[in-house]
Amino acid sequence: MLARPLRLMRSLLVLILIVTFVAACGGDDDDSTAAATATSPAAAEATSAPTEPPAEPTETATPEPPEATATTPPASPTTAPTATVEPTVEPTAASGQSLPVTVTDADGVEVTVTDTSRIVVLSGDVAEIVWAVGLGDSVVGTDISATYPEGAAALQNIGYQRTLAAEGILSLDPTLIIGGAAAGPPEVIEQLRATGVPVVIIADATGLDGVGSRIRSVAEALGVAPVGDELATTVDGEIADALALAETAESEPTVLFLYVRGTSTQMIGGIGTTADILIDAAGGIDAGSAANIQGYQPLTAESLVTANPDVLLLLTAGLESIGGVDGLMQIPGVAETPAGQNGNVLDFDDLYLLSMGPRTGQVLHDLILGLHPELGQ
Amino acid sequence: MVAGTHQPASSTKTPERAGDTIVGPPASARMAGRRAIVLVGSSVALLVAFLLNVGVGAVSISPIQVVGILLSHAGIQTDIAFTQQQDAVLWAIRLPRVTLGLMVGGGLAISGAALQGVFRNPLAEPGLVGVTSGAAVGAIGMILLGISPFGLLTIPMAAFVGGAIATGVVYLLARQGGRTEVVTLILTGIAINAIAGAATGYLTFLASDQQLRSIVFWSLGSLGGSTWPAVRSIAPFFIIGVLLMLRLSASLNVLVLGESEARHLGVNTERVRIGVIAIAAMLSGASVAVAGIVGFIGLVVPHLIRLIAGPDHRLLVPVSAIGGAALLMMADLVARTIVIPTELPLGVVTATIGGPFFLWLLHRTRRAQGGWG
Repeated sequence: MLARPLRLMRSLLVLILIVTFVAACGGDDDDSTAAATATSPAAAEATSAPTEPPAEPTETATPEPPEATATTPPASPTTAPTATVEPTVEPTAASGQSLPVTVTDADGVEVTVTDTSRIVVLSGDVAEIVWAVGLGDSVVGTDISATYPEGAAALQNIGYQRTLAAEGILSLDPTLIIGGAAAGPPEVIEQLRATGVPVVIIADATGLDGVGSRIRSVAEALGVAPVGDELATTVDGEIADALALAETAESEPTVLFLYVRGTSTQMIGGIGTTADILIDAAGGIDAGSAANIQGYQPLTAESLVTANPDVLLLLTAGLESIGGVDGLMQIPGVAETPAGQNGNVLDFDDLYLLSMGPRTGQVLHDLILGLHPELGQ
Repeated sequence: MVAGTHQPASSTKTPERAGDTIVGPPASARMAGRRAIVLVGSSVALLVAFLLNVGVGAVSISPIQVVGILLSHAGIQTDIAFTQQQDAVLWAIRLPRVTLGLMVGGGLAISGAALQGVFRNPLAEPGLVGVTSGAAVGAIGMILLGISPFGLLTIPMAAFVGGAIATGVVYLLARQGGRTEVVTLILTGIAINAIAGAATGYLTFLASDQQLRSIVFWSLGSLGGSTWPAVRSIAPFFIIGVLLMLRLSASLNVLVLGESEARHLGVNTERVRIGVIAIAAMLSGASVAVAGIVGFIGLVVPHLIRLIAGPDHRLLVPVSAIGGAALLMMADLVARTIVIPTELPLGVVTATIGGPFFLWLLHRTRRAQGGWG
């Protein structure tokens, strides 16, 4: 008679143990499955981005030979690098905001914006533009990728742009939702549209000539088209200056962009990636494109040696995730490349390098000096 | 802890009064009363799950406001106060989500219950007999092709075809001399799942960034993409499937007796079997297409219901549908509220709850009757 309760107790104990065990491993399991299936930076970012602290915007060229030092000091966020437009303190007074405004977004949806008092921005690159055109103070939510400027980094409350949940966004009571083409999943964007809140999706830039139009599209949707015009003109000017500087370079190094997130996600960038556009413009040869790699593909020792890069270009957070340059050298194949042998590694803040926005002219300038040390002298 | 512990949780056991469980009402009033209690109880659980699901979340909506919003959409104005935001969240997000959860959970559980009956095997479930992985291949293939010849129905159709093919292959390979051996079935299922997994892996390898993101999001299971069009695309499959399954459920009792006995009683066993498998493939295929791969519901719910309601399929099958719907809704509630503002994949939640539960069930059954076949 005593056996029954005892057995019950025992099975309960076993159950509790199992539950705890599953709970303890749950996170890891989840991550590893995701990582195992993730074969694109985008997908992998979704699993790892939220666990990473927002990276400090720094671009430390990591020069092994002293003569390869990039001479420009890192642009710190405090020096407000975004050109001539000073973010206005009172966005309502922002240089004659005119609403309502009707725009056709990148998805071909016609959207009428009547009120920008509560903006939710779905991605970091678009957030940067919103702040640059002076409406940062109206933003009530951003995603984890919004690390610049400080105002955007302070919010970060809707999760990650590729794995959004509609309810969390709507609970902020937005009057306008604006994001980049990567925002998703697509069904969630559909849900948001179905609730009647204006949703504006901004197209990705397919080249440097697209940066100005991205800025203009955002400004237009916010009812501050003139401000966008002015900013776009300035940024286009900076890009043109950088391109002129690149023309004067004598060297043409082969550069490979490595997208790494810890040891689980290691990709090389190729044709059509933003890094490809920038490397090309900075007077380098994109090794990934030269090796005929489409988009991002898994990094292998073979592919590294075949690409044979003079310089390795990484994102700062990515480089940190594998333990800096020392960790990078541990990746099979890296040490065998000219870049590995000479320690030619450049790293830039994620958003600074890839956002195709107000700071693109500057990052291009920095990249040019990093790739062609002779220009800095 | 559980009512009716004297009832072994196994469909392989011959019903005590085989004669009167085949057709017609149960002999005793006690049984009838119990049926009513189980049906009412599970329906109440479903209603509670529904109210919790539409009310709880990042935006809170009280039950009375839920009623007010629903009435206003039906064209009846009440003086219940609610905000435009609550209306939008309830109508555009939560209601489609709950409806989809109801259909996916109900469809998977009813498929599991019927498959366990038809294979006379407590381990049968949509995942094991290949329908899930087959549906995954179909759906992912369609995502990759990026064409939609049937509009909204394209991906569910592809998932259905994939699931039906995989299940058919498992069935044909595992069957011998009119019965499916447990071990053969499991091993065949594993083999077909492995082949389907390889195909899925290959398709994943071919996918572009954008496609890959939807595949990854989708292979962990989620109701996050619930919209009214998605509900409309699966509703016909679900309604027809459940009705047909209910019609077949009485025959399942006879199948339990064994092939030849059933034939003597005038049941066309082969037709029942093929029918159940086809309907299960349809239901699970449609579920996988809209919600991705959600594990354990089809396996665990029928066992749980069997503990409470006994082995009579005429009760087991409908109650499994209700219970599965309620359980999946609750799992989804956990998935979307535990890590606000983002969401946990639904498959992670169901496996976390279902895995340990199944181990406990296994342990308990072994103690009760020395194991399963």
